[in-house]
Amino acid sequence: MELLDANLELKEIQKLQGHTDRVWSLAWNPATSAADVPSVFASCSGDKTVRIWEQSPSTRSWDCKAVLEETHTRTVRSCAWSPSGKLLATASFDATTAIWENVGGDFECVSTLEGHENEVKSVSWNASGSLLVTCGRDKTVWIWEVMPGNEFECIQVLQGHTQDVKMVRWHPTMDILFSCSYDNTIKVWWSEDDDGDWSCVQTLGESNHGHSSTVWSLDFNAKGDKLVTCSDDLTLKIWEADIPRMQSGDGYAPWNHLCTLSGYHDRTIFSVHWSREGIIASGAADDAVRLFAQSKDGSMNGPSYQLLLKKEKAHDMDINSVQWCPGEKRLLASASDDGTIKVWELATLS
Amino acid sequence: MTLGLINANPVVHAKKERVARTEDPHGDDAVDPLEIYDILLLILILLDIRDPEHPYSLEQLSVLSEESITVDEKLGRILITFTPTIQHCSMATVIGLCLRVKLKECFPPHFKVDIKVAPGSHADEESVNKLLNDKERVAAALENPNLRQLVDECLYSNEL
Repeated sequence: MELLDANLELKEIQKLQGHTDRVWSLAWNPATSAADVPSVFASCSGDKTVRIWEQSPSTRSWDCKAVLEETHTRTVRSCAWSPSGKLLATASFDATTAIWENVGGDFECVSTLEGHENEVKSVSWNASGSLLVTCGRDKTVWIWEVMPGNEFECIQVLQGHTQDVKMVRWHPTMDILFSCSYDNTIKVWWSEDDDGDWSCVQTLGESNHGHSSTVWSLDFNAKGDKLVTCSDDLTLKIWEADIPRMQSGDGYAPWNHLCTLSGYHDRTIFSVHWSREGIIASGAADDAVRLFAQSKDGSMNGPSYQLLLKKEKAHDMDINSVQWCPGEKRLLASASDDGTIKVWELATLS
Repeated sequence: MTLGLINANPVVHAKKERVARTEDPHGDDAVDPLEIYDILLLILILLDIRDPEHPYSLEQLSVLSEESITVDEKLGRILITFTPTIQHCSMATVIGLCLRVKLKECFPPHFKVDIKVAPGSHADEESVNKLLNDKERVAAALENPNLRQLVDECLYSNEL
């Protein structure tokens, strides 16, 4: 990979201000970022609002196109676009998940999902957009079916975590569900039959090379055969599974620990995101962004990963979210406790 | 109100100065080195926080002392250890929340704060420490009006 040899830098393209409290999360619209379509992302904050940012084709700078307010009554913790890019789901400490639709430039709240007993912390759409999942401090994971007319029906409430569930994410290609928690574990949920019950098919815990403190976030590589998780235990862990075997219908293929990246972070790692090219970005409580990539020379024990670069003082306070832009350019967005969002470009130093 | 006027103790006076310093947007350095004087002021402020259950300050109940506060100016880190009055103190998390709110008010935002119960001082030491250092849990707790009211009473009852 030529990345490993190149002299790289993370250039700050723009600093976006507007939110009046910490920015918890952000999400790039998957439908945009194509060649001629301006890239769009949503951000959500402790100020109870969600902001939509769009890149101007002429000035190339991002402007706030909409503020989604007066719906959530408490912190909006996370947001996720549907695969088509037409709907935006927002999860809030007010125990609800709102679904927004872009109606000619204006975002309207078309549905509100209720059920969680307290703070909802994360929301995710599956690859086909037919299912939605939410999780929260009530230790449960809720699976919702997307029905016509923006109706959502809860098809199952998954119990198993013994503490606050921090994040949920669908696998990029298959309907396998992943959740990570304050109970230090990552759980994998699967339904063998299309109409069957979902159950926990695997728990990645301390006893099988798992984390020793809260797991805050997880992400997959483009192929979906590797998983990266980050934790309050100051490590990143990489896991792999025989996905082709699963795709051929051979039953569940378990995830195995591949390697642990330790000694790089000295404060909680809140966010991790894997780019299409294979670069893992991490955002941590030491205000820094770090990039990792697979080393060229693996060992007998399998591939290893190395630090590509560390951007110190990327923000003035904790970084809560890092997200690679899905488009062609190597753009990364970061959200912080300092109330700002920054857009970066990974460039080679000339 | 009368109490505030009669109570001409140094803490009230010191607090005013402290607020003025942190609000200065044109500070010379990005990271203002804290002088020993500032640390002592902060300690006085923290020690004066009222215990949630008793009409005494945290200092009076030996929950907090000068020695239990460590500031690393270079790294921008603060570590506070406090000793709940009894082993099964259910108010340990409330005291921790009070400390967080007060520190956020008084210290520049770039300082990282870790709050722990003194080792051996609480039956659920690990779980209390984990909770107090999970900023998402702390943020959600402070959005709870009942809990927020209790915290405010501990912090501001002296001014009533």
